[in-house]
Amino acid sequence: MKPFTYERAASPAEAAAAARRHPDARFIAGGTNLLDLMKLEIETPSHLIDVNGLALDRIEATPDGGLRIGALVRNTDLAADPRIRRDYALLSRALLAGASGQLRNKATTAGNLLQRTRCPYFYDGNMACNKRQPGAGCAALGGVTRQLAVIGHSEACIATNPSDMAVALRALDAVVETVAADGSTRAIPVAEFHRLPGDTPQHETALQPGELITGVTLPPPVGGRQIYRKVRDRASYAFALVSVGAVVQPDGTARVALGGVAARPWRVEAAEPELARGARAAIDAILDGARPTQDNAFKVTLAARTLQAVLAEARS
Amino acid sequence: MRAPDVATTRRDLVTGTAATAAMMAAPSASEARAPAQAAAAPRAAAAALAKVSFRVNGEACRLELDTRTTLLDALREHLRLTGTKKGCDHGQCGACTVLVDGRRINACLTLAVMHEGDTITTIEGLGSPDRLHPLQAAFVRHDGYQCGYCTPGQICSSAAMLDEIRAGIPSHASADLTATPQVTAEEIRERMSGNICRCGAYSNIVDAITEVAERQA
Amino acid sequence: MKFDKPATLNPIDRLRVVGQPLDRIDGPLKTTGQAPYAYEHRHQAVADAAYGHVVGAGIAKGRITGMELDAARAAPGVLAIVTAANAGPLDKGKMNTVRLLGGPEVDHYHQAIALVVAENFEQARAAAALIRVDYAVAEGAYDLAATRDTAKKVDQSATATGDFAGTYAAAPVRLDATYTTPDQSHAMMEPHASVAAWDGDRVTVWTSNQMIDWGAGDLARTLKLPREKVRLVSAFVGGGFGGKLFLRADALLAALGARAAGRPVKVALSRPLMMNNTTHRPATIQRIRLGAGRDGRLTAIGHESWSGDQEGGGPETAVDQTRLLYAGANRLTQLRLAVLDLPEGNAMRAPGEAPGLMALEIAMDEMAEKLGMDPVAFRILNDTQVDPNDPERPFSQRQLVECLRQGAARFGWERRDGRPGSRRDGRWLTGLGVAAAFRNNLVTQSGARLRLDRDGRVTVETDMTDIGTGSYTIIAQTAAEMMGVAIDRVTVRLGDSSFPVSAGSGGQWGANSATAGVYAACVKLRDAVAQRLGFNSADAVFEGGQIRAGNRSADLAEAAGPDGLVAEDSIEFGDLAETYQQSTFGAHFVEVAVDAATGETRVRRMLAVCAAGRILNPKTARSQVIGAMTMGIGGALMEELAVDTRHGLFVNHDLAGYEVPVHADVPHQEVIFLDEVDPISSPMKAKGVGELGICGVAAAIANAVYNATGVRVRDYPVTLDKHLDRLPALA
Repeated sequence: MKPFTYERAASPAEAAAAARRHPDARFIAGGTNLLDLMKLEIETPSHLIDVNGLALDRIEATPDGGLRIGALVRNTDLAADPRIRRDYALLSRALLAGASGQLRNKATTAGNLLQRTRCPYFYDGNMACNKRQPGAGCAALGGVTRQLAVIGHSEACIATNPSDMAVALRALDAVVETVAADGSTRAIPVAEFHRLPGDTPQHETALQPGELITGVTLPPPVGGRQIYRKVRDRASYAFALVSVGAVVQPDGTARVALGGVAARPWRVEAAEPELARGARAAIDAILDGARPTQDNAFKVTLAARTLQAVLAEARS
Repeated sequence: MRAPDVATTRRDLVTGTAATAAMMAAPSASEARAPAQAAAAPRAAAAALAKVSFRVNGEACRLELDTRTTLLDALREHLRLTGTKKGCDHGQCGACTVLVDGRRINACLTLAVMHEGDTITTIEGLGSPDRLHPLQAAFVRHDGYQCGYCTPGQICSSAAMLDEIRAGIPSHASADLTATPQVTAEEIRERMSGNICRCGAYSNIVDAITEVAERQA
Repeated sequence: MKFDKPATLNPIDRLRVVGQPLDRIDGPLKTTGQAPYAYEHRHQAVADAAYGHVVGAGIAKGRITGMELDAARAAPGVLAIVTAANAGPLDKGKMNTVRLLGGPEVDHYHQAIALVVAENFEQARAAAALIRVDYAVAEGAYDLAATRDTAKKVDQSATATGDFAGTYAAAPVRLDATYTTPDQSHAMMEPHASVAAWDGDRVTVWTSNQMIDWGAGDLARTLKLPREKVRLVSAFVGGGFGGKLFLRADALLAALGARAAGRPVKVALSRPLMMNNTTHRPATIQRIRLGAGRDGRLTAIGHESWSGDQEGGGPETAVDQTRLLYAGANRLTQLRLAVLDLPEGNAMRAPGEAPGLMALEIAMDEMAEKLGMDPVAFRILNDTQVDPNDPERPFSQRQLVECLRQGAARFGWERRDGRPGSRRDGRWLTGLGVAAAFRNNLVTQSGARLRLDRDGRVTVETDMTDIGTGSYTIIAQTAAEMMGVAIDRVTVRLGDSSFPVSAGSGGQWGANSATAGVYAACVKLRDAVAQRLGFNSADAVFEGGQIRAGNRSADLAEAAGPDGLVAEDSIEFGDLAETYQQSTFGAHFVEVAVDAATGETRVRRMLAVCAAGRILNPKTARSQVIGAMTMGIGGALMEELAVDTRHGLFVNHDLAGYEVPVHADVPHQEVIFLDEVDPISSPMKAKGVGELGICGVAAAIANAVYNATGVRVRDYPVTLDKHLDRLPALA
């Protein structure tokens, strides 16, 4: 871990100002992913801005009947909030399927959105990785890829996004709110928040340098049966091979987002009408253009079978 | 059985570490802002030091640490509270589980300087060989450990985990999200899954926790 | 004490302390965090210890052409940097296949190539990252399947009894199947760690090691020091499973770093370094051929196994159990070894039998199905009470059949539906599986020293280790039983090379051998007590803290006198192990549920029935078995070091990537120990259970998965991708 200086910010404005002063800084809240990566010198900030004092730890109703989740709301608290459990069960379920009790107690809403890939080649400094070192190449391509992407990847990167929460937020049409280093604010739909790798896999989100997530808003409740099904080798405390987040309405229409298949939660709204023809047809449409490897080709079948089970459960 | 070769004295606490460590009778009110650091050396930047004060097991501690020091290393290497274990240092095993303001966290994935004013409980704060905490006694009775290395983390984790159930926090194993969670073996197993025991004492650990939970109920 | 005749009645048979399910005597220390592990020692001698951080090679094979150390040397707090270039002449340990400090040649990925010593941990880690290394990469062999044809026959474990080829070819019912097991990691919770301090030309290393004498010997050898200049101490070991049998880089580099820095140094391997830096259980490819008559009797048994290791290394002896487990007149076993440039392969819990039974016990399940027989009945039919290769040589005890029968009755085996894929519970396909467990019983010379103090306390000293096995407790039980004192009057001190050399913890020999060594020393101490107090030790009884004969009695404390009384002895085993085949047996029963949609497998119930001689402490022995069953779940369902065959490394080298079972994977586990005493094994009449417990578990699970799904998977781990496309279509 490289040495760094450390300060605490008391307000978003103070955090933004600190970020302006230190172009090489990182914000730290839960720290569960950032410190992990700093120990391996995959992240090497020279300055940390502790944003835990920013009072962004509340979940509040929005005027239109939705909820605004503060960036610092811990995963445990978000999953346990009675309004989330009642009206956004998908989000609660996704959070509870992730990590461990200890990590959920620390990890924040914003940090969860920003967690980086678990690609083993990204985690090993001896292996070529375009995320760590743009232009270095990707050692994962042609290597061990069982956990990695089947769609949306490029010649530069085959990593997946490991977040369960993001899959739920994608299906729920959440919006990420930010404040930039210059104090301006903006709202970014989750759909546009995570980027596909293309030629620049080092750019993983729509955030600009120094831009801070202040919260996530959820639209008014959409009802329906909300199911999050995470498939993994180990029964708990493991990243998804594939996950399916679904909101299924009584009329059979549904929203479906997939985890574990791409560099972002994978949802194709245009394919959702295909659900009327069954899970396999829907997955064929959702994963149209998939280019799995020999190691991870099973994920396509797995996604279809899992979705079929989710739809059956929703009907029951 | 007594611990062999352990000589902990207050004097030990202030020797042998690059940063200074001191236990104080009362909490410090000092600010723990990092000093504005001079420019980095060309190759290796000099470490930044920062002060932090928190309470550990009821005692006020004031430390000046390299900012990179995790809470885990502050406990183990600076306060000599080695009951909290380093199994992976990356949040992948749970051996470093401690309670911060009553909540369980991985001490390896948090910086010591981020805990200004916090109240920290480690395994040493739960009980001692002469005065075992009910969970510690139950782990002994049910042989809920083997090599013992994950054990402090398992016990700290289970103490907080039972509180989480009592607080109504649901888990992945809860069939009904909106119902009040119950203490069942399935709930315990899911909620304790962040604490790996490679010796495989899980079945006994669940028995130990269940016994304590039933007595508390 | 020489043990060369079967044991007769002795004081252990009283079973007042031995055989009782006592709580561990080290329990309060472990559960309160007061038990000091290697990295946590705080002697005055190491009060100012500096911190060492290990740098691992970034390639698997080749040569270091340049190492830029200046930046690291100039980094804050750095005290010393050790590399092969400045470490001075080093030998290689007798037990090490590969050098522990690489350079300029690199033998495997993450082989240690430098140690950076600094004032604090953060400085050492950061400075280590400043070292730039240039390599000339050489071609290596990393793919077992691809090198299979280059593998050479190994004499070890080879069998050619009767006419295997002819009998097999003519057998009415035959099976010829190939199975694979992956590389596995011990993944013990405590990383390899050491603190080293020099006093002149003597070095003391507080470390985490299962075999103190091997470790001390190899550290001396590697450093080219006389053996007596080296002291190793391992009072508490945070798990080993074979991964801490040998001197490893942490101990060597701590010693070298302390010498270079001129002060004590502590070193722990970082978790991401462990999987490639240390040893692992090697992958195997196993071909099994079974031939039987229509009556179900095996007539031909063939088992061949391929594995790889570094030049000079050894094979995974996966065919061992097949030499002895089932009857059958015509037998073939053969190991073949390929040279691979992956990290060093070596022992992991039940080396040989664990991966061997993963294959053999699926083969037995497949054969039973071909014969239309119940898998339990098929195994019982093919039991043997003698070494099948030498019918003159009986087993000392062999209750495999009883294990199977009791287990079947207890588990509700009769409810198993022999038609695979026929039981359903909601979204789950469920199935039952069985496998036999077999592990040879090894015995090893073991010594101990006892001291009786004037207050009547007994202190046992031996370099035996407790790696979670319960050694502290069973040794205290043994001394308490022999000396007739309460267990809280016994102090046990372990894991110090200044104590008598013991069997150490490995090969499941520790419990029986080490307590037998304590028994021997106790016999000597009893003689000394009797002699000093004028008793005839042959008819003296030791109980209640007294020695008694006829109507005369005296307190032990009297015998101790002001200076105490010391006795030391060791147990030495004669040739009973040749006259008799000594093995441990068991049967594993498992119920699994396989998600009909996703193919995920979860274990619902587990039962092990074990016959392993006298059980010295049913509580700790049971823990050994449930722990092994848990590791068996890992081996069956998730554990695999994924090999990158281009770059020659295990890619998933941390505890997030290498998944081991968590709480949610493990149901309540049941263990039954058959009542057994084995007077052939030692005066304790005990054997080991810590490795027996894992033997066969993975196959029982794989067989249960087959029973649930109807899809046979022969490649471990049995992950969902291996049967998903063959599962029944969803409704």
